[in-house]
Amino acid sequence: MDVVLPKLLLVAWLMPLASFAVISIAYSVPQFLGVKVRYATQKYAAYLAIGAIVGGFVLSCIGLFGYWLPAHSLHAASHAEGESEGAGEHALATPQPIGKNSVRLVAFDAEERLEDHSAASGIQHAEGSRAEHNNGPPPSMTGDWYVLGIFGSLRLTIGYYIDTLTVVMFAMVTLIASCVHIYAFGYMHDELHDYTDHEVKLADGHHLHRPGRFHRFFQYLSLFSFSMLGICISGNLAMTFVFWELVGICSYFLIGFYIERHSASTAANKAFIVNRVGDFGMLIGLMAIWTTMGTFNFGDMPGENGATQAGIFSQLHQAENNYKIAPTDGMIAFEGRNRIAEAVRNAGTTEPAAMQAAAATEVARLRADEPAKWGHWVLFIAGVGIFCGCVGKSAQFPLHVWLPDAMEGPTPVSALVHSATMVAAGVFLVGRVYPLFSAEALLVIAVVGCITLFIAATIAVTQMDIKRVLAYSTVSQLGFMMLALGLGGWLAGLFHLITHAFFKSLMFLCSGSVIHAVHSNDMRQMGGLRKKMPVTAYTMLVGCLAIAGVGVPFLAGFSGFHSKDAIVEQAMSHWHHNARSGVSWLLFVVPVFSAALTAFYMFRLWYMTFAGEPRDHHRYDHAHESPRVMTGPLVLLSVFAVCAGWGLPAFMPGPLANFSIPNLLEQARPVGTLISKPGVYLSGLLIADEHIAHEPEMFRAIKMPAGIAAISAALLGIWLATEVYLWRRLSAEKLGNALRPLYQLSWHKWWFDELYDLVFVRPTHAVSGFIAAMLDRGLIDGIIHTLAWLFRGFAVMVSVLGDRLVIDNSVDGFAEKTWNFGLSLRSLQTGRLRQYVMFLVVATVVLFLVAGFWKLALAG
Amino acid sequence: MNSLVLASLLTEPVGVSHYLVVGAVLFVCGVVCMATKRNALGILMGIELVLNGANLNFIAFGSPYLREASQTLGLDGQLMSLFVIVLAAAEAAVALAIALNFYNSFSTIDVDRADQLKG
Repeated sequence: MDVVLPKLLLVAWLMPLASFAVISIAYSVPQFLGVKVRYATQKYAAYLAIGAIVGGFVLSCIGLFGYWLPAHSLHAASHAEGESEGAGEHALATPQPIGKNSVRLVAFDAEERLEDHSAASGIQHAEGSRAEHNNGPPPSMTGDWYVLGIFGSLRLTIGYYIDTLTVVMFAMVTLIASCVHIYAFGYMHDELHDYTDHEVKLADGHHLHRPGRFHRFFQYLSLFSFSMLGICISGNLAMTFVFWELVGICSYFLIGFYIERHSASTAANKAFIVNRVGDFGMLIGLMAIWTTMGTFNFGDMPGENGATQAGIFSQLHQAENNYKIAPTDGMIAFEGRNRIAEAVRNAGTTEPAAMQAAAATEVARLRADEPAKWGHWVLFIAGVGIFCGCVGKSAQFPLHVWLPDAMEGPTPVSALVHSATMVAAGVFLVGRVYPLFSAEALLVIAVVGCITLFIAATIAVTQMDIKRVLAYSTVSQLGFMMLALGLGGWLAGLFHLITHAFFKSLMFLCSGSVIHAVHSNDMRQMGGLRKKMPVTAYTMLVGCLAIAGVGVPFLAGFSGFHSKDAIVEQAMSHWHHNARSGVSWLLFVVPVFSAALTAFYMFRLWYMTFAGEPRDHHRYDHAHESPRVMTGPLVLLSVFAVCAGWGLPAFMPGPLANFSIPNLLEQARPVGTLISKPGVYLSGLLIADEHIAHEPEMFRAIKMPAGIAAISAALLGIWLATEVYLWRRLSAEKLGNALRPLYQLSWHKWWFDELYDLVFVRPTHAVSGFIAAMLDRGLIDGIIHTLAWLFRGFAVMVSVLGDRLVIDNSVDGFAEKTWNFGLSLRSLQTGRLRQYVMFLVVATVVLFLVAGFWKLALAG
Repeated sequence: MNSLVLASLLTEPVGVSHYLVVGAVLFVCGVVCMATKRNALGILMGIELVLNGANLNFIAFGSPYLREASQTLGLDGQLMSLFVIVLAAAEAAVALAIALNFYNSFSTIDVDRADQLKG
């Protein structure tokens, strides 16, 4: 397995790239060179892209079920099943010696697990407290495929870090991307002939008419999938950053697919520029990590002379420290550099070994300082820096403004961007580098997530554009994920990422189907479409139920019910553990309130679109159900939206035993997350261990209130939406008027765009306008113009002296001489024939005389 | 010395030199005809004389009876004269056509009147 699985995923990863390359060479390059690509052949580009991504999905499934699960069997989650079972779940991982082929397997197979189980239980009974026992690194495989370059001790590689999270993400991303590809084959058929863009008016008053770009859409989709899979499989942060930017540029291409529309091109620019802001923070995080840890690798890699080069995770979570997070020596040395320099000076030696020993002693002394503070600041900066990148990519407050504008892209792109690729990348990265975050950094994540989810949910309530409602819903749900991750709910956050990917891609594809049918985004022109397009309507309803989190408390429900429940539980658990802080209840109440808003705006969307009477009869009459190639993916995704939260029982055969997404994620649980993280700077802060919420003795304190709050919030929201938009016992207009300021706040999206325009865009324009006028036009242009004037004078001089006087005169003179010679020859040609004969005779006689003279007088 | 040559011509048996003298006389007659006649037909006749004078030379140099076989042009001389005859025929046809057209245009064949191509 340790040889086959990386290769399998490598092939699955590279297939979309191959598809991208082939489409580029076969279609885009000829088109760029002016060859007309026939529309009949453009379909083959789509077949190729679909084949590549479906092939990737098949290979990912083979990897998951054929290679990963047989080697790492799943165990039932310990939720409410008692102490001993829980202990088995948290068995210590035993690092194995490094294997061949540069593949290191930090794995534990079934037998080892059993041994560990008993050993761990023994430890527990001896210590008598579960909380003392932390989890080790999850089973993983690391290695390098290709070394990009070595600069001193910096090694940039294309490598892999495969754990259960990677395999699950591969399966999820390729599945959703496959659905989107297939759906797009139907949705983008307009591009299969010359296309008239009715939203672009040319100067002459006509609409833009341009050739279709069917193949190019699939070309970008392939590159997009490739980039996202690259982030998932990436083995180090440098490689992650490369694919991170690739994802960014792909979203830029796809959001700006209708590049001739002004709104689309500015939206693409906005997405790209806003992401740059976040990436700047990420670069700071990368620098902090590189400076203090000397590596970008996630996992341990074989180093020189058979030694192991510790990755980021194992440097921060060491086994002898019970896998608790602690700053590395590099971090302490960085912060305490003055103290260390002093210590080395005091040692009074110039021998390098002795100086190093003195420095190491000082580092150890600083580490033992009470209260511990050395190194934590760098650790915090590194974590928050990486999170900054995720803020940009996952559209968190304050960089959330690009995502709603990204609706300018074609709807399949929105589905892909909003579920499996672009925004998922941010949450995935937070989940991936989770061991990097200290308690304070996690609190930052949670607060940012909480602000985001609240703002976005309030905005979504009043929007009228069907895609914008979904866009703000995505922002809000991403906030939920970040909140969960920040409160210690690693599993909850990533579980919600996966379930959300299913139901949000479903809902976007449904909205695309609606837009395809009525040719409008505005919900005020829809209504009653349920009868015209039943498949779309009811799959959309499934999506709404899933995102609202409808289910039977403590039993089962739609996929969103399970994941949102886990998040709310974690929020409740946080409140429970931090009750003294006085504001920690906000992190519970705000998400629950927003969950109610979520249910409200989703059902508002559904009622306005599909229920009631048609508002625009013209559009209604032309509406029709989409073709099978579009509804097929909807049905498939709705199945996942229903049951992605369910699990299979233990008696299922082979890899299917205990199969469920939470169990899979539990297997990938990052090192050191089964013990609560106390704050260093905020002494009262405690980021709670995720399993505490499931303890039986905590049922009354955490699980029950959280579960009841979540389901009642969902039902309240649905009831309110039904009251207003279906039964109409409450009038939306009257409600809006009664809450005028709130309505305005929401309708204008909290004036974020206007605020940024005022604070950032206009000052930038003003400063750059000033600089352009002063520096560019005044100074630089002045110098250049003077230089140009001087050179011009010089050239005129050369032209007058050299060109006209010397060259022109000589050439003209020669021509004149030739002309005059020709004129003088003219007089010879008299036109009298007899004269010519006389010339001939005379010339012959002269020739004879000359020849004779020559012979007699000279040659003699 | 020239008088000596002419005297020996009269006494010696007929050889190449005699033919050459006849050819030269023909040639000079032709040239004088061309130089003095204003009538286009007269000029044509002069040309024919010039060509035939040249022909006579070729035949004489080609004849195996007048010189040793190794010193003659052989058949090359006769062939060349044949070429000249063909050329003369073609030239006569073209020249007569020009003359006829010229006459049609100007009602005369005086070549001095044909001076429109002069430079």
